[in-house]
Amino acid sequence: MIHDMKVEDIVGDYKEVSLDLYQSISRKVLYTELETPYPDGKLIVSTTTPEGIITHVNQSFVEMSGFNEEELIGAPHSILRHPDMPPAAFKDLWDTVGRGEKWQGFVKNLRKDGGYYWVKATVIPNVRNGKLVAYTSVRRKPSRTKVEECIKLYPTLF
Amino acid sequence: MSFMFTVSPDFTPDHLSGWYIFNTWIQRQTDTAIHLEMYNDFQSQREAIDKDQIDLIYANPFDAAMLVRERGFQPLVKATGESDEAIIAVNAKNPVEDVAHLNEGVKIAFTEDPDVKMMGMIMLEPGDLDASNITPVLSDTYVLVAKHLLKGEADAGIFLAEAYDGLSSMIKKQLRVLVRSQISVIHHSLMIGPKLLDKKDQFQQVLVDMKADEKGQGVLKSLGFNSWEKVDNDEMEFMIDLMDTLNT
Repeated sequence: MIHDMKVEDIVGDYKEVSLDLYQSISRKVLYTELETPYPDGKLIVSTTTPEGIITHVNQSFVEMSGFNEEELIGAPHSILRHPDMPPAAFKDLWDTVGRGEKWQGFVKNLRKDGGYYWVKATVIPNVRNGKLVAYTSVRRKPSRTKVEECIKLYPTLF
Repeated sequence: MSFMFTVSPDFTPDHLSGWYIFNTWIQRQTDTAIHLEMYNDFQSQREAIDKDQIDLIYANPFDAAMLVRERGFQPLVKATGESDEAIIAVNAKNPVEDVAHLNEGVKIAFTEDPDVKMMGMIMLEPGDLDASNITPVLSDTYVLVAKHLLKGEADAGIFLAEAYDGLSSMIKKQLRVLVRSQISVIHHSLMIGPKLLDKKDQFQQVLVDMKADEKGQGVLKSLGFNSWEKVDNDEMEFMIDLMDTLNT
């Protein structure tokens, strides 16, 4: 399940927007300008069902997203969707993994407290005995140069 | 018929005799004739794998993917609490404090150890560094990686964390860690090949029970491990998927 964001969870001044997520779900998102730097040497790992429902997260995921594990398991991965991310990026992601290929891109993720963090994300389809059973996503620290490029590019893709 | 056992060439040299002791132990426990062949480098080991000469292997995570997908190997066990981590270190006198401060053309010393090199290169990415814009300083061992840093022949070095931690304190004093990975889920595994697969359950049980046996404990100690724990096919598939995502 995915819920609207709550004012009491937000740290700092925030803006409010209604975000249209996958499968026509609308979510009230509260977001701030506070960036959490990606920690050196860590990887954020998660696994989802073919429909994008989170089934596994590692400790780095919990720490960076600000959610606890119980809140994440069973939620759609779009719980991290930041309003500054153009929908075209996620369409490309789903189209690519839908073809059974690996997707890689730079993503601004939303935290539970309204803040954000940039990642370099890789998503791969997990195929067992010829059947798609899950997707695994691994996020690592992005290059600042690439992030700066995305900060300029992404607003032009809406 | 004798089977062939080998160990990924990135093993800690201190544990060389431990692997021979382990090989004797596993032969007795499983009543199977096994010859241990230690290769000096990754390439000669890979050639033996390609010729289907290997039946049992303590494999690094990079090779594990190939062994499962292309050679029909299956995982048996991993060392409890052990994971493969990498370190980027510089000479202590180097003023650089972040990989983001390393510039294109930087001289990076590393070994042929494939998973450590991969993890190290991932940790260099935030500095806009990749294989195309670094100057590689290929080294035979991690001690030589350290020496390259001390002599100023390389600006930064990629180490297996275990190997870095095992350097003498005199060397470590002259080095400084920039980044240490905390990945936790990438590990070496003892794996069994197609010709021995009918004995998989027996091998796995003997290995898991090893810590409960007094002699077994001594053998584990000589390898620097506390115990073995079972790795099932799903866990191995997950690690392979993870390696796939990272290997780009």
